[in-house]
Amino acid sequence: MITEVSPQLASIEVRGLSKSYPSRRGVLRVLQDVTFAVRPGEFCALIGPSGCGKTTLLHILAGLTTPTSGAVQIPPHDRGRLATALIFQGVSTLPWMTALENVAYGLRLMGVPAPDRRARARYHLARVGLSAFADAFPHQLSEGMRQRVSIARALATDPAILLMDEPFASLDEQNRLLMQDELLRIWQEDRKTVVFVTHSLDEAMRLADRVLVMSAIPSRIKSEVAIPFGRPRDFRIIRQDPAYGALSARLWDELREEVVHSIQP
Amino acid sequence: MRPREWDRWLAVLSPVGLLLVWELLSRTGVLDGRFVPPPSVIGQTLASLTRTGELPYHVGVSVERILAGFVLGAVPAVALGLAMGLNRSVRAAVMPLVTALYPIPKIAVYPLIIFYLGIGEASKVGIVALSIFFLVLLNTMAGVLGLDRAYVNIARAYGARPIDVFTTIAWPGALPSIFTGLKLGMGFALIVIVGAELLGSDAGIGFLIWRAYQIFAIDVMFAGLLITALLGWLATAGLDWLERWALPWRA
Repeated sequence: MITEVSPQLASIEVRGLSKSYPSRRGVLRVLQDVTFAVRPGEFCALIGPSGCGKTTLLHILAGLTTPTSGAVQIPPHDRGRLATALIFQGVSTLPWMTALENVAYGLRLMGVPAPDRRARARYHLARVGLSAFADAFPHQLSEGMRQRVSIARALATDPAILLMDEPFASLDEQNRLLMQDELLRIWQEDRKTVVFVTHSLDEAMRLADRVLVMSAIPSRIKSEVAIPFGRPRDFRIIRQDPAYGALSARLWDELREEVVHSIQP
Repeated sequence: MRPREWDRWLAVLSPVGLLLVWELLSRTGVLDGRFVPPPSVIGQTLASLTRTGELPYHVGVSVERILAGFVLGAVPAVALGLAMGLNRSVRAAVMPLVTALYPIPKIAVYPLIIFYLGIGEASKVGIVALSIFFLVLLNTMAGVLGLDRAYVNIARAYGARPIDVFTTIAWPGALPSIFTGLKLGMGFALIVIVGAELLGSDAGIGFLIWRAYQIFAIDVMFAGLLITALLGWLATAGLDWLERWALPWRA
C-alpha cells in the first residue's frame, strides 16, 4: 500500500548569493548578488545565456555547492523527505542499476526499508509510464526513458522542492514536447515547487508560472516575466494565443543582449 | 555458414591443425621423436600421469596457491584502489610508492619472500598475491577515475555519505576495470607460480616440469606445459563467465 505524504509545499528564498571560482587569471565570478524568491507550489523557470551559471545556482540550491556569500532559505522539511531533489541534464541514471533500482536509489540512501522502497519505486515508475521496464538497465532504454527514470527517482523521495537542470536538453524535438506534456500532467497532481533551468524560451513559456531571466556572468537575476496562461495547460491551445507571440518577443528582448554580451564580453 | 560460426570453427581448427602437423613431422622423423615427442605420446603421458594421481595432485597444489594468492592480493588491492580513486590525498600518498614498486619483476623478490615466509605454502601464496596486487590496484583506481563525475553528483544530490559513494558508485562503477585487472593478473599469477615452483618447491606444476627435466622425461615436460596452457585458458574462460554474470548492465 502506498501512503504518500500529503504534499507540503515549500518556498525558496535566495538573497545576495554570489559564487566565484579561483582561476588562472585571478577569480572567476559566476554569480553575483543573485536574489529571488519562489512561492510555494510555483513552477519557476530560469533562463539565461549558455555558461551563465544556471547550473551552479541549481547546485547551490541542491546543496551540492556552497556559495561564496549570500543565503538560501528553504523551510525545514519533515523527516523522511528530501528538501530538494535534483534532476540532472545528460547522464542522469546509474548504468549498473535497473530502472527500478535507479528509482529506488534516493529512498535507499534515505534508509527506507527494502520492501517499502520497492513498492514506492514501482508506483513512481508507473507514474512515468515505465512499469514494463522495471528490470531493464539504462543502456536498454532510450534517452527519453532514462530521463523519465530520473524524474521518477526524484518524485519517489517526495521532495518539497524539485530542481530540474535542462532535463530535456538532450532529447529530440518530438520527444521533448512529449516529455513536457508528461511533466505538466505529473506536476498537476501534486504541484510541487519547481525550479526549472532551460535555455529554451518555448520550454519556459510552456511550463512555468514565471520566468526569471539571468544575465551573462557575473550573473544576477536581470528580470522576471509572469506567464499568464492558466492551468491545466495545453500547449496546443496556448500556442494559438496572441499573447504567446508577444511574450516570446519580450523574453527574447530581455535575453538577447545578455547572449550577445556572453559571446562578446 | 554465417561468418560468426566460421570464426568458431577456425578457433578450433587452427590448434588442431597445428597438432596434426606436429604429429606428422614427429612420426616421419623430420623432428626427432626423442627430443620432440609427438602429441599422441604427450597425450598418453597425460593420461597415465592422471591415472596415477600425480598430475591431479600437482595441478591441485598450484591451483590452490593461485586461488589463495588471488584472494589475498585482490581484496586489499580493490579496497585501496577505490580509496585512491575517490580521494586525492590517498592517491598522492600512495602513488609514488606504487610507481616505484610496480615495475620490479616479482620473481626477483622471491628469494626475499622465501627468506621471510619460509619455503612452504606461504611464500608461494605470497608471491602470487604480490604479483596481482599492483595490477588490480592500478586498474581499480583507473576505473574510479574514469567514472563520469555525474554519477557522484547524483549520489550526493540524494544525500549520499562518503561510504554510500564508495559502495553504490565507486565499487560498481569500477567493477569492469577491476575485471580487466583480474584477467591481466591471472596471466601473471600463472607465470609467477610456475616460476616459483621451478625454483624452490616439492609440489606443483612447476615442480613437475623441473623434476621431469632432471630425469630427462621430455614427454612429462611437454605435458606440464600443456596443462599450464589449459589452466590459463580455463581461468580466462571462468573470469569471462564471472564478468558476464556480475555485470549484466554492460551493453
